[in-house]
Amino acid sequence: MTLLGGSALWLALLLGVWGAIAGFAGGRTGRPDLQRSARHAVFAMCAALLTAVFSLEWALFHHDFNVEYVAAYTSRNLPTFYIWSALYAGQRGSLLFWATVLTIFGSLAQLLTAGRHRVYLPYVAAVTTVVAGFFVCVMLFAANPFDRLPYTPLDGRGMNPQLQNPGMVFHPPMLYLGYISITIPFAFAMAALLSKRLDADWLVAIRKWTLLSWLFLSVGICLGMWWAYVELGWGGYWAWDPVENASLLPWLTMTAFLHSVMIQEKRGMLKKWNLALIIGSWLLSILGTFITRSGVISSVHSFTQSGVGYFFLAFLVIAGVTSFTLYAKRLPLLEAETRLESMVSREASFLFNNLLFVGIAFSVLFGTLFPILSEAVRGTKVTVGPPFFNLVNIPLGLALLLLTGIGPLIAWRRASLPNLRRQFAVPSTAFGFTLLMLLVVGVRDIGALLAIACGGFVAGTIAQEFWRGTTARHRQYGESWPLALARLVGRNRRRYGGYIVHAGIVMLFFAFAGMAFKTETEATLRPGESATIKSPYGWTYTFTHLGISQYDALNRLVTAGTVEVRRDGKRLGLLTTEKRQHVDALGRSTFEPSTEVGIRSDLREDLYVVLGGVVNGSEQAVYRFTINPLVWWVWYGGMVVALGGLVVMWPGGGVPAVKRAQAGYMVKLVGKT
Amino acid sequence: MAGVVGWVAFQSVSPTVSQSDTLPGAGPTGKLGDPQRAGRPLEPVTARDNLAAIQAIEKRLKCTCGCNLDIYTCRTTDFTCSVSPALHQQVLARYEAGQSGEQIIAAFVAEHGPAILMAPPRRGFNLVAYFLPSVVVVIAGVLLTLALRRWTRLAGDRPAVAPAAGPPASPAELERLRHELERIDA
Repeated sequence: MTLLGGSALWLALLLGVWGAIAGFAGGRTGRPDLQRSARHAVFAMCAALLTAVFSLEWALFHHDFNVEYVAAYTSRNLPTFYIWSALYAGQRGSLLFWATVLTIFGSLAQLLTAGRHRVYLPYVAAVTTVVAGFFVCVMLFAANPFDRLPYTPLDGRGMNPQLQNPGMVFHPPMLYLGYISITIPFAFAMAALLSKRLDADWLVAIRKWTLLSWLFLSVGICLGMWWAYVELGWGGYWAWDPVENASLLPWLTMTAFLHSVMIQEKRGMLKKWNLALIIGSWLLSILGTFITRSGVISSVHSFTQSGVGYFFLAFLVIAGVTSFTLYAKRLPLLEAETRLESMVSREASFLFNNLLFVGIAFSVLFGTLFPILSEAVRGTKVTVGPPFFNLVNIPLGLALLLLTGIGPLIAWRRASLPNLRRQFAVPSTAFGFTLLMLLVVGVRDIGALLAIACGGFVAGTIAQEFWRGTTARHRQYGESWPLALARLVGRNRRRYGGYIVHAGIVMLFFAFAGMAFKTETEATLRPGESATIKSPYGWTYTFTHLGISQYDALNRLVTAGTVEVRRDGKRLGLLTTEKRQHVDALGRSTFEPSTEVGIRSDLREDLYVVLGGVVNGSEQAVYRFTINPLVWWVWYGGMVVALGGLVVMWPGGGVPAVKRAQAGYMVKLVGKT
Repeated sequence: MAGVVGWVAFQSVSPTVSQSDTLPGAGPTGKLGDPQRAGRPLEPVTARDNLAAIQAIEKRLKCTCGCNLDIYTCRTTDFTCSVSPALHQQVLARYEAGQSGEQIIAAFVAEHGPAILMAPPRRGFNLVAYFLPSVVVVIAGVLLTLALRRWTRLAGDRPAVAPAAGPPASPAELERLRHELERIDA
């Protein structure tokens, strides 16, 4: 089967080369036969790569340990669930996964793109096959997943214990899907530049793709945070690790694009900016891969590092120079159709919102790369860790949060003073009331105060928008309140879905503010002994060590510590935390012992217990007890963000883009007469 | 939101950690069947290990094992690491010798270089890292404001279109218009 997989990769490379040639030539000459051939090349490349994936999965499930990749990432006793995910547990497999998914997306773009946008498709096919072809090249010349060993081990090394977590089964593919799907909007942007058809049509063609990519990135990032929290054991969910930062960068620029594209759709402005954002987002997704793969910056994701990073660096430079050269050549065709009418308008607020999104992206990128810069310029090695990123980014993040609430309050084109007074009354009151409440209950942390108060402002804005819309429907159509609300959202999915996303963002900021009150302590306890810790809410938690048990599980030897938890004397239950020594099928240790955290979560705070180890081989255990306030809000905030994204993406409901364009055209005609 | 805030009701601004053994020295301490699988043997934690001052110092210093974590987080998370416990002992020794937090940090920087700090010191070239992003955002904000003023002035210079005269709209018609405009906006 590996011979089939290897052959499929070579075939995919040839198809990629042909698809690129046929696509560019077909687009340029307009020859239908070449255009058709490019389209078929994408489908065929997809089939070839799916064959390669099937071959690798076959080798994984059949424990073909002669294949280096299979021996490196699986063992006979690895649970089936994780054998499947071993496809992307290592670098070589994840490159194959990436290329395959890209051609699936490329094929879907060819199949699902509406008739009037088909003029872009030859170029889209060409760009898709070039990018997928690059990934196949990296596999064939530097990281072939089908490489064989000169001998066949009895068993494989198994999967890194930290990857044996349900979060890791879904987090990498979600993030990859986000990164990969940005290629389709990028391909359409390149197609628009190459074909010189730079009206709003290409934006309509990529709308769903940009939302899909943003949604995958959002879910992928949240799942990554969850995995880090439940698996790594350090008691947090975001450490400003370079690889985490790399995933945040395209998310920030894509979010900026989702806002600024509305200005182009409604007013025909910001054409240059929107194109630059799409190209920039795609380049950042490749940069993220470079950072993850190269090891150029020290990261906890060190299991992914290798020399292929420099392939990505070369590709990044070539792709960046090519796309921005083309972009520069087309700048004269990208003039705005209308001008901004007022400083106090929705358009202006979106521009400042974009400034902050891109500013934060720049700040994160600059901080991530600063160790390299410092070493190159001054010859001094420095570390840029969480204290730096928090200091630099919290003010920008708070400003952005505030703008999230301000933007929807300002009318398009021009806002009048009475209108502003009417719009700002409720959110400003919510801001003031929240701030006052926090001060009254004794909160003095400035970051937490501002985050929650700004969140109050945004929540006020969202509530006001829903209230006014629902009331208008209730009065005008006599609908019941629930029906009016449902129809309001259903018929304006983009707008109200966006507000749901904003609500999720408020929940996330609320959760981030909670980490200012994190409390932790270590304790060594004999069975029956207790440690107490006071929570930020004033409760006293008592953790009583009940004992240590040891047992064997499928692929690991477990040492479990159990503690009884009481809050102000009232029993809450038991928490178990484990040390796991993973072994292969022959009982040989495969990795250093790993830790499984015991977590008790509710709306207010998480109790987070880690078994550090034991003293002198006895039941005297070393624990770390952490109280993390408001962590629950991260996961549910993330879900609300995803829900809002789904509402925005759901087909139908809103006024179609064509009608909107027609409405704008009619307004212009009236204006000119 | 206000309800949520009220409900949150943080009662302690700077929470204090109190740890005490309610049953000191009590309870059986049996031997484990296979201590190896519980990881590296650990020393009992003492009260000084939990000192807030020690935590604060260690959270500013990076563990040199390559984990990217600070000393405190590494020693209380990665229990296979032998570097962070050793660095912790150095911090404790200096603290007990009467050195202040800043002195301890300066000693670590002298020994390991500035890369031992979790964030670059705020001086010299490092100021670029701290201020450049904010300066860029501020400058871009000023330029954007100037550009917006110019654009709006240019838009204002264009001849205004006189509103068509007609009978005044009723409140119901105005509400309907607002609703329709909102629908198009969406």
